[in-house]
Amino acid sequence: MSAGVGVDLENLWIRFGDFVAVRDANVNINGGDFFSFLGPSGCGKTTILRAVSGFLEPSEGNVLIGGKNMRGIGPNKRPTALIFQNLALFPLMKVWENITFSMEIKGASSAERRKRADELLDMIALPGQGDKLPSELSGGQRQRVAIARALCAEPHVLLLDEPLSALDLKLRQHMRTELREIQQRVGITFIYITHDQGEALTMSDNIAVMRAGVIDQIADGKTIYNDPNTAFAASFVGENNVFRGKIKQVMGTEALISTNRSGDLVARISTANQGKMKEGDSAMMFIRPEAFAIAPKAASGDHFVTARVNHEEFEGNVFNIFTEGEGGKEIKVSIPNHGQSFEDHTGQNITLEYKTDNAVIVPAGELAAE
Amino acid sequence: MNNSFLRISIWVYLAIFFLYLLGPLVIMSITAFNSSGFPRMSPWECLTFQWFGELFQDQRILNGIKNSLIIGIGTVILSVAMGLAGALMLTQIWPKLRATYYTVIIAPILIPGVVLGISTLVFWDRINRMLGLGADSFLSNGIFLTVIGQSTFIASYCMLVLVARLQRYDVALTEAALDLGASHAQAFRKILLPFMRPAIASAAVLAFLASFENYNTTTFTFGEYPTLTIELAQKVRYGITPAISALAFIIVALTVFFALLNEAKLKRQELVAAARKNATVEELAGKIKLPSFFTGNIAAVLLVAFAVVTITVIGTAATYSPAQCIADVREQKQLEAEQRIQELRKQREERRKQQEAEKAGQGDAQTAPKPSNNSGFGNVFAPNSLDGSENESNEGASETESEPSNNSGFGGVFDPNSLKSD
Repeated sequence: MSAGVGVDLENLWIRFGDFVAVRDANVNINGGDFFSFLGPSGCGKTTILRAVSGFLEPSEGNVLIGGKNMRGIGPNKRPTALIFQNLALFPLMKVWENITFSMEIKGASSAERRKRADELLDMIALPGQGDKLPSELSGGQRQRVAIARALCAEPHVLLLDEPLSALDLKLRQHMRTELREIQQRVGITFIYITHDQGEALTMSDNIAVMRAGVIDQIADGKTIYNDPNTAFAASFVGENNVFRGKIKQVMGTEALISTNRSGDLVARISTANQGKMKEGDSAMMFIRPEAFAIAPKAASGDHFVTARVNHEEFEGNVFNIFTEGEGGKEIKVSIPNHGQSFEDHTGQNITLEYKTDNAVIVPAGELAAE
Repeated sequence: MNNSFLRISIWVYLAIFFLYLLGPLVIMSITAFNSSGFPRMSPWECLTFQWFGELFQDQRILNGIKNSLIIGIGTVILSVAMGLAGALMLTQIWPKLRATYYTVIIAPILIPGVVLGISTLVFWDRINRMLGLGADSFLSNGIFLTVIGQSTFIASYCMLVLVARLQRYDVALTEAALDLGASHAQAFRKILLPFMRPAIASAAVLAFLASFENYNTTTFTFGEYPTLTIELAQKVRYGITPAISALAFIIVALTVFFALLNEAKLKRQELVAAARKNATVEELAGKIKLPSFFTGNIAAVLLVAFAVVTITVIGTAATYSPAQCIADVREQKQLEAEQRIQELRKQREERRKQQEAEKAGQGDAQTAPKPSNNSGFGNVFAPNSLDGSENESNEGASETESEPSNNSGFGGVFDPNSLKSD
C-alpha cells in the first residue's frame, strides 16, 4: 500500500460571501500521521476537509499534499479519498462493486475487481459479504465497507468526516480501535474530523482544536488535555472546572490568581502563554475533576478550595461530588474508587486540595458551550 | 347504524365513481364485438370479430399508427433528454433564480396546445425561409415539426417526474464517485443515471402516452404524416364504425396488459428483496432460493390469465365465423321490416278510408291528421328507421326494406354508412 504523504495548509482562508468559515489556518500534518480536527459543529472543520479533498477552492492560501500545491486540481485527480459523514455508499451497487468502484473507473476487469474486493473484505472482517447490497448491511458493516472502498483507491491521504457519528456507543468505541489498527497497518495519513473529544484523544497522533473557523491549538492529545492554550481548548476537551479572576502575581511559570469566589489560588501558566501574562490581566484557571483531592477540614492556603456540597453520585470507578461553583455552575470533583469508605458530604462545606501542576491558567476567553 | 350507513354510502359512491370512469370503456369494448354496423351494445346481434379484421385492413389507420409510433419515439427521446437537462439545471442553478426558472420551464404546460402548435409551425417556417430552404425541407417535415411541437410541453411533464426523483438524490454520491477518481461524465453515467433509471422509464412512458394521444398541437404540425388521433378525428367526421371500437378495445387491452406486467414486476422485486434479506451469505454468493413466480403475486396470476384469455380469443377469432348468425339476423330483420310495411300499408289504408269518410262528412275542413310517413321528417325520428337503413346500405338493400327510409324527408343523410356506400 502506498505510503502516507504530508499535508500542509498554508494561510488558508475560506469565505462564503461575508461569512468566514476558516480563518488563516496553518497546519503541518506529517506523512503517516493520524491527525484530527476537533471542534463543535459549525466550526469549519468539514470545510477544511473539503478544501483538502478538492471539492472547495480556498479563498486564500494553499493546500499542499506531499509538498505539491493542489490549487486547480479536482477531487478526482488528488491522492486523497474521503469517507463521507453519511458514507455515501452507492445504493444500487453490490458491496464488492462499491468497494472496487475506483478500479472500475480505471477499466479493471471484473475478475480483478472481485479478487481485490475479496482481499479488502477479508481485511475489514466481512468475508463473503460482497454480494449483498449496502442496504442489507448493518451500520458498522457499512462503515467498514466505506473504509474499504476508500482504501481500494490506494490514496496517500484518507479523509474521514465524522464517520462514526451515526453509530451507537458500543460500536463507536469498537470502531475507534479498528480505525487506528487499519491506519497503522496501511500506514497512510489519516485526517479525521470529529466533535467527539474521546475519539480524537484515543486515535490521534495530533489534534487541532478548532473554534469558529480558528485553530486554537495543534498538539498531541496529552498536551491538549493537560496544557491547553486557550479557555476554549481547556473547556472543550474533557471536563474541566473553571475559576475566573485576575492575575495577582506572576512567579516564573506559576501565577497567583485572585478568583472571584475562592480567594487567591496558585496555578501553572499554560506553556503557550508563559511570559505573556502580567499582573492585572483577566484570566481563567482550570482544574480537572480528577485533579482534586479531599483535604483535612481546617486546611487553607493557595491550593485549597472550600465549597458547599450540592449533591453526590457514585459512578462506579469514581465518586462524583458537585459543589457550588461560580456563576451558577457547579464544581465537579471525581474521587477515584479504591474501595475506600466514602462518607456523604451533602450540605456540608468541604475543602478540596490540588497540586499546582494540575491547575492551569490561560487568558480569559470564550468557553465551549455545554 | 350511522356507521354502516356511512360505509354503504362510500361503497355506493365508489361504484358510481368507477362506473363513471370505466363504464364508457366497457360499453365501447363490447360494441367492438357486436355485428351491428353502428357501434352499439343493444340490441345484441351477433358476436363477430370482423371489425378487427376491418381495422387491420384500413390503410389510413395503420399508417396513422405507424406515424404515431415514430413521432412517439422521437418525442420520448427529445422530451426525456430535455426534461433531464432541465431537472439537473434546477438542482444546479443559484437558489435565488430557482423559483423563476421553475416557472419558466413549467409554463408550456399551461399554454394551450393549439397555441404551441401554431407557434411551432410559424417559428420553424421562418427558420426554414431564413435558411432559404424549400417547402420540402427537413425543417418543414411533418414528423420533425410534430416531435418538436409536442416536446415543447411534454418535456415539462418529464422534468416534473425527473425532479421528484432527483430531489431524493444525495449529491454526496456524485462527490464520492469523483473522489474515487471518476470524471464528471463517469459519475453521471455510472451513479446518477442508474439512480434516475426508474424515473426516466416513467417519464418515457408518460411522454409516449402524451404524444400518442395528442391532437390539438399535432393538428397544426402533422403535414403529410397524420397521426392516429388525426386519422380518427377525420374518420369520425364521416361517421363512426365499430372498427374504431375495435381499436379502442385493443388499446384498453394493451393498457391492462402493461399495467398488470408492471404490477407483477414490482411485486416480484419486493419478494426478491424480502428473500435476499433472509438469505445467508453462502446463498447470496451462490444460488439464492427465490420464491416461485406466482407465490404471493396476484398480479402475475392475473397477467398469465389475461394472456391465456387473449390467446384463446384470438384463436377463436381465427376459426369462428358468425356468417350463419348474421344471416339469421338479417332474415329476422327482413321479416320484421316486411311486417312493419304491411302494418304501415294497413294503417295508411285505414286512414285513407277514414279521411274519405271525414271528407264526405265535413267537407273541406283541414283538421285531418297528416299521415305520418308523408311528414317533413319522415320516419327519421322513428326508433327503428336508422336501423333499417343501415342494414340496407350494409347488406345491399332489398327493395321491400328500402321503402320506409326512402319515404323519410332526409333520406339516408344521417346514416353513418351512407357516404361509404355511395
